[in-house]
Amino acid sequence: MELLVATAVGMLTASGIYMVLRLRTFPVIIGISLLTYAVNVFLFGSGRLLPNAPAVLTDGVDIYSDPLPQALVLTAIVISFGMTAVVVIVALGSWLANDDDMVDTPNADTEPDAADDQARAGAQS
Amino acid sequence: MTHWLILPILLPGMLAAILVMVTRYHRVLQRTFSLAGSVLTLALAIGLFWRASDGTIDIYQLGNWQAPFGIVLVADRLSTLMVLITAILAPLVLLYAIGSGWDERGRHFHPLFQFQIMGIMGAFLTGDMFNLFVFFEILLIASYGLMIHGGGADRLRAGTQYVLFNLLGSTLFLFALGTLYAQTGTLNMADLAVRVAALDPADTAGIRVAAVLLLLVFAIKAALLPLHFWLPASYAEAPAPVAALFAIMTKVGAYCIIRVYTLVFPTDLSLTQGLFDTWMMPAALLTLMMGMIGVLGSNRVDRLVAFSVIGSMGLLLAAVSVFTPQGIAAALYYAVHSTFAAAALFLLVDVMRDRRGDMGVHLRNAAPIAGGALVAGMFFVAAIAMTGLPPLSGFIGKLLVMTAALDHPLEAWIWTAILIGSLIAVVGFGRAGSQIFWKSHQVAAETTVPDSEADESNTPEQVPAPPVLPVVAIGGTLTMLVALTLFAGPVMRTMDATAAQLFNPAPYIDVVLTTEGKVIESGDYGDDTGGDAATAEEGY
Repeated sequence: MELLVATAVGMLTASGIYMVLRLRTFPVIIGISLLTYAVNVFLFGSGRLLPNAPAVLTDGVDIYSDPLPQALVLTAIVISFGMTAVVVIVALGSWLANDDDMVDTPNADTEPDAADDQARAGAQS
Repeated sequence: MTHWLILPILLPGMLAAILVMVTRYHRVLQRTFSLAGSVLTLALAIGLFWRASDGTIDIYQLGNWQAPFGIVLVADRLSTLMVLITAILAPLVLLYAIGSGWDERGRHFHPLFQFQIMGIMGAFLTGDMFNLFVFFEILLIASYGLMIHGGGADRLRAGTQYVLFNLLGSTLFLFALGTLYAQTGTLNMADLAVRVAALDPADTAGIRVAAVLLLLVFAIKAALLPLHFWLPASYAEAPAPVAALFAIMTKVGAYCIIRVYTLVFPTDLSLTQGLFDTWMMPAALLTLMMGMIGVLGSNRVDRLVAFSVIGSMGLLLAAVSVFTPQGIAAALYYAVHSTFAAAALFLLVDVMRDRRGDMGVHLRNAAPIAGGALVAGMFFVAAIAMTGLPPLSGFIGKLLVMTAALDHPLEAWIWTAILIGSLIAVVGFGRAGSQIFWKSHQVAAETTVPDSEADESNTPEQVPAPPVLPVVAIGGTLTMLVALTLFAGPVMRTMDATAAQLFNPAPYIDVVLTTEGKVIESGDYGDDTGGDAATAEEGY
């Protein structure tokens, strides 16, 4: 089972990183979602994998699974869910405002100056 | 245990909720409440700082649960110092936001601002790694809203990058926490310190991975070289008061590095040997150089200031990487200084943007600024502070860092990077200042400015003279710099004491782990759950 879970986390992380390196916002957001799935499973696994073991104190039971990672995962899921919603909205706003959904800024340092030069050329001519 | 400790977190949090629920449509009420709350937070922060200033370590157990099981807030010298800086910065930034009308350009500025303060305070006060993650997320989600406050195409794009980058950082943080938990079985910082020190030296692969992952996460926050890409665009495009507040956010990263690597992974620990000497120091020096070269290379003032923030973070992290009490003390002094210097510069850039018409922040010829002498004077002072020229605090800070680096193996490299970096920054700031404030008079004498359309959609109409509140706000940050210079002696004594406390973590660990929490009578749960378990078994 460890092998299965580890492979799943690895696959999710690898695909997530691949998607995050794309140029457009949609694949990047999908990639981040995959990464958060990977990290949730990973967090869950950090308390060791114990099948059929209760997390809450119970009479007549000697082996417990660690309840803390489960609580951590719950927090992480809620936070990543909220964050994904935020990033979708911000990316949507950016797409509507910029008319494209590229992640990077084209020529961050030179573009405004080119616009100025055009404005200036227009004013001179 | 004192309940005062949680108030710097609770007060902004409650205030934000009230602001968004009750005073939603009342601008005056929002401003009054927000400002009053910030001033109150400042009073609290001063009180906490006072309490911790004799070396007491205060602890607050949430829900009264004892330490490794419950979450604790801890206020030692370092935490209260950072809380105090934040609390001083917040009202000044708010004054500027109110005076310049930035808070009206979008909705919910004040609630988001207060949530941001809540997150920052929490990150500084918490003594639990997972709680640190949660407060990181609180301050980040508020900062996402603030970052795109006012809208605009460029800002939204920069905001998207900022959010995506920080989401990746958060994911990495969770991976680091998972690794840490898997190796030690705890996430309480004091407990971690004990358990990491007790780990078997032969089997340390996992904990080393965790240490490096954590360092990466904090380096993202602190904008260390290969991870700094989010900073220039975000800080340049963020609304000015927000960028000024963000000046403390990079320090959150630096704070976490100092906190975790003095407490949990101290430098004499064999398993993290070389992390700072071999990796952090060169990266910090490269960050310093890159930032300062960026200052020289920018053709917009806002990006110039953003790069100077990267440069100053490089210097700060270089001081941290020395990792002696002296180095940490110098780093703390420089952190306070660079927070206020960066805030002043970001606010000044906004004043220029408002008053330079269509040229905005571009380093091009434009007509002189209305009320230019005052703005120019303040820019001059802030630039002197930021580049570290005498007589202001930047110079003292740099001197302290260089003195601290004296016995370091990379001493020559550190000195060279700092001195050359400062020179480049001086040239960069000098170029920007003369272009904006001196060249403009020449331009005004020669021609009238051609009438071209404003290309910034959110450029407000020109205001004839600087209003009072923004000038007061910027003046306040500059006053802090002057005060930091004048009282360098007492301040440095405080920093030395703070560093000394950090390098003697035993009292911290002792206070956290031995403070008694609530007592649960054994057998309390036995009778109740016994019946439940029986029925559950019948169910199977």
